[in-house]
This record gives sequence, structure tokens and C-alpha cells, in this order.
Amino acid sequence: MAFIPHTSDDIARMLEVIGVRSIEDLFDEIPAELRAGTLNVPAPLSEMEIGRLMTERAATDGRPLNFIGAGAYEHHIPAPVWAIATRGEFYSAYTPYQAEASQGTLQLIYEYQSMMCALTGMEVSNASLYDGASALAEACLMAVRSNRSSTSRRILMPRAVNPTYAQVAQAIAGNQDISFVPVDFDRSAGRTLLEALKPHGGQDFTALVLQQPNFFGSLEEVDALTDWAHQNKIMLIAVVNPTSLALLKPPALWGSKVDAAQGADIVCGEGQALGVPLASGGPYFGFMATRMQYVRQMPGRIVGRTVDVEGRPGFSLTLQAREQHIRRSKATSNICTNQGLMVTAATIYMSLLGPQGLEAVAQASMQRTADLIAALTQVAGVKRAFTAPHFHEAVLLLDRPPAAILAALSRRGILGGLDLSERYPELGHALLVCATETKLGVDIDAYATALAEVMSASVRKAPRENYS
Amino acid sequence: MSDNIPSDLKYTKSHEWVRQAQNGTIEIGITDHAQSALGDLVFVEVPDVGRALKAGEACAVVESVKAASDVYSPLAGKVVAHNEALAGKPELLNEDPYGAGWLFRLETAASADAASLMTAGAYETFLAEESK
Repeated sequence: MAFIPHTSDDIARMLEVIGVRSIEDLFDEIPAELRAGTLNVPAPLSEMEIGRLMTERAATDGRPLNFIGAGAYEHHIPAPVWAIATRGEFYSAYTPYQAEASQGTLQLIYEYQSMMCALTGMEVSNASLYDGASALAEACLMAVRSNRSSTSRRILMPRAVNPTYAQVAQAIAGNQDISFVPVDFDRSAGRTLLEALKPHGGQDFTALVLQQPNFFGSLEEVDALTDWAHQNKIMLIAVVNPTSLALLKPPALWGSKVDAAQGADIVCGEGQALGVPLASGGPYFGFMATRMQYVRQMPGRIVGRTVDVEGRPGFSLTLQAREQHIRRSKATSNICTNQGLMVTAATIYMSLLGPQGLEAVAQASMQRTADLIAALTQVAGVKRAFTAPHFHEAVLLLDRPPAAILAALSRRGILGGLDLSERYPELGHALLVCATETKLGVDIDAYATALAEVMSASVRKAPRENYS
Repeated sequence: MSDNIPSDLKYTKSHEWVRQAQNGTIEIGITDHAQSALGDLVFVEVPDVGRALKAGEACAVVESVKAASDVYSPLAGKVVAHNEALAGKPELLNEDPYGAGWLFRLETAASADAASLMTAGAYETFLAEESK
């Protein structure tokens, strides 16, 4: 049997009904010069052939010891997570189109939303977005719709925010007449200082983006920065790592006031760390939460709990009038796809770990990174770049360009971190390293030993390099 | 189908009504026809007081369980009042579109007699044309 929905007879019949000669004719209204032309893709492969190709490609990755974070984190994923997530009842990337027919799926999303609200302290969460970077772009668009005291469409974007996120926000929101104003970070602390924001005070800005921990792994002084934003009628967009929220103050409570109304206005981020394995670019998932007063400006699907005509509890998609199938071009977003399957895994992951388990993961990751920094800075020519406290990531400064060192480590099966010298040339030979609970003492020792050997070997080959 | 179209009001093609009020202000809402087409409203967003509006500018949103529509300002002016009761009771707009369901008041140099607006008779004809 052919696993295709329509036979050529079916297609011919459908074309006949609508009076079109070929499928190609349906695209007539797209001018020839706008078409992609012939795509240079290889011929189809059989299941056996594609299996073999993928196995070969996967083998070239090896099983490296990974110390790269930078937005995607290697955490232990308990076996039940994907055993449950891949059950037939859940195994779909999509929210079903007749959503209410799938009460189980809706309940799962509702539980997910509740968990994200518990983690962030916010009042309402959506059913997820595409990924962390596009969630930030959506948060910027949402802030422009929500901040009624601002007309500037200008957003303060610290350079300590993940540069890929800033780039995606620029690509999406930049084309909608929204501009981003960079805010520098302190070279010695590795975080955004209030002094860097003060020159922008008293001006019309729509929002301030604040990432906690920031891209360098440093902890920002979120209370002072949030207070400053609100004093200047600027909305605060928090970009947070969900694992870190098991230890850190929830964004809803940022700011010096005890009143929750003074915290972050929109919270977003990447959810991959919650049970989604590392993969080449995903699929991951973005999350977003906000205060109830902004709920109608929040993009994406939202599942609500309700009762049917007989008073029995049930779940339904709610506030759909904001969405693209109803509001068309005026929808809050036209990228409303949620990452249903990834959210399923995350919900199971959070359920299995519970608050204590997640806190243990966060604590172990923070401790392992502290151990890693201590071990690596014992190596000659390696020091810490910044003084600010860190979560599970930190920047090291090497005495020579990281690229060759990382290549040599990679040949020893170690992914030694992310070379920051292209994105942040002013930092010199900077390397962003990360250790989660998956890295044991022996792994950290292995990295430190390999680094010492690689550094001393490369000194012999290339003796003269400027110390940054 | 017979819509209620009071003869003392003026109308737009996007189904707003305009009432000339005292001291140079006008009151704006949506018509009985519009509320009936939308169905039960669940949320109404009105423009902030003090906001300056251009004629034809989208300035309010009426949302039912099945649709959300923009409301356009029939004339240029400054918002001097909005209907706060709608925040808690959007159904006022369904029940009394020309009274308790009003949306906002504009201070405007123009008057409800502006040429861009239709009389009740013209609006009735317009609705009849539109439904053909």
C-alpha cells in the first residue's frame, strides 16, 4: 500500500471538478520570476537508503563530552519522558484542528501553562511558541502593542542578551518599523549596569529586554534594572532559563517592590532544557507568559479550563479571536504554531522532577560549572573573564585565539565551549563554557587535563600570541 | 431582517454611529446591525482618554466568541471619555448599542453633520445594498 493520501486518480478527479488542467495551473498567479525554479535536491531515497545515510552522518558526531551551552543545554532526561511523549496519543507536532475533540492533549497543555506560570510567577502562559529566539521577537511585538504610554517603537536590547536572539528579533520586528537600541555591558562584571541605562532615562522607549542569566552566564541585577524600566514607563521583557528559575527569583517578582505588579511584564525564553534533547537546531520550543492585563496581546494558543452544559469540567482553546484564523492579518501573530510534542515532553519532565527535582538539577549544574571554572583556571593561560556571579555558564579568557584550542580539544572528543571572539571581539580570546548536572568530576578533570595538554602543545608550535 | 436605525444619529459604512452631544463633542458606538452580526460580545477595548484620533483610524476592538473587529473613528478628534462599564459588562453593547453600549466621546472640530457621514435613511439603503 502506498502511504500517500491521494492517488493520481483522486487528483485527476479533483482537478476536473474545479476545472483546472494540472496542479501547476493552480500556481499561475505567481509570476515566473518569483518562482524558485528547479530545486537542486537529490533524488528520493528508500527507507533503507535514508536509514543508512543518517546512521553514517550521525556517527561522524561521535559521542563528544560537551561543554557548550549558549542557549541549548544538555540535561539528563529521565527515560519515561520520551517513552510517554512518543505514545500514539501524544505523538504529534500539532494541536489538533478540532482541538476540543482531544481533551487529553488540551489538558496536558493546560498543565504545561500552569507549570510555566508557577515557574515564572506570571498570571498566564500560552501553549508555547516556536523557539526561544522567536519568542523574544514575539515579546517585542507584543510590548509595542501593549505599552500604551509609548509611541516610539524603540526597544532597549542589552548586548549581554543572546546575540542570536537579538538577531532574530531584529529580523522579525525590525521589518515592522521597530528599532533596537543596544545597551553595553560592563567589561569587568560581565553584566548590564544601571549606569549604562541611565542615559536613556526620560526618553520614550517601549521595552527593555533583560536576560537572566545573561548570555555570558552572569546574573544581572534584575531588581534595579526592572525598577529603572518601570520608573521610565518602559515595559520589562524577561528572557529566562527555566531551569534557573528553580533557584532564582521568579521574573514576576523582579524589582525592589514586594508588589508583584512591579515585576516583569512579559516573560519568554527557550524551553529546551526541560526534557528536550540537544539536536542540530531543534525542534526546541519557546515559552511566553504575561500578566492578565496583557493577555489579549499575547500571541499563540491558550488552553482554558471550563465546564460543559452539564457542568462537567473540560478544556477548550480560549481567546481565539486574537488568532490568525479569525483575525487574519490583524492577529497578534501569524506564527501561532506551538511545539506540541516538545511541550508534552517538557510537561512530563517537570511532572517527574517536581519542584525539588528541578531545584536539584539547577543546583548541581551551578556547582559543576563552579568546579569547571576552578579546574580550568588552574591551567596556565586561562582566567575568568568576569566577576559577576554566574549560574551554569561562564566566560573564560585564553591567552590565544580559542579556535585552534577548540579544534584540538574536539579531536580528543571534547567540545570545549563556544568561541565568543567573533561576536564579541572586544573581549579578546573569550570562551563561553557550561557544565550541567550531566558533567561529573571525572569529566571536568578530563577537560582540564586535555586543555592543559593542548595549551602547552600549541605553545610549542606557536610561541608568540598576544595575551588578551 | 429589520435593524434598529435611530433617525437622529449619523452612520458610517464601517457600521459606527455618531451622536452630536453638547459642548462640541460627539459620541460614538457601533450599530445594532453590527452588534447583531458579531454575536455575543465577550470583550470591548476602548481608546484611552486623551488619545488623538485621525478620521478612519482603528481605535477600538469589539470581540465576540467568534470574531474580533476593529472600530474606526468616524471623525478626527481627541478622546475625552470612554465607556468604562464595558470592561466588566461587554454585553451592554449587545443589549443597548445606542445607549448604555456607547464606546467613546470625541472632542472634535468637525460635527456630526460632516459630509462623510450617512443619514439613517442612507445607512438603511447601504445595509440593503450590502446584504444583496
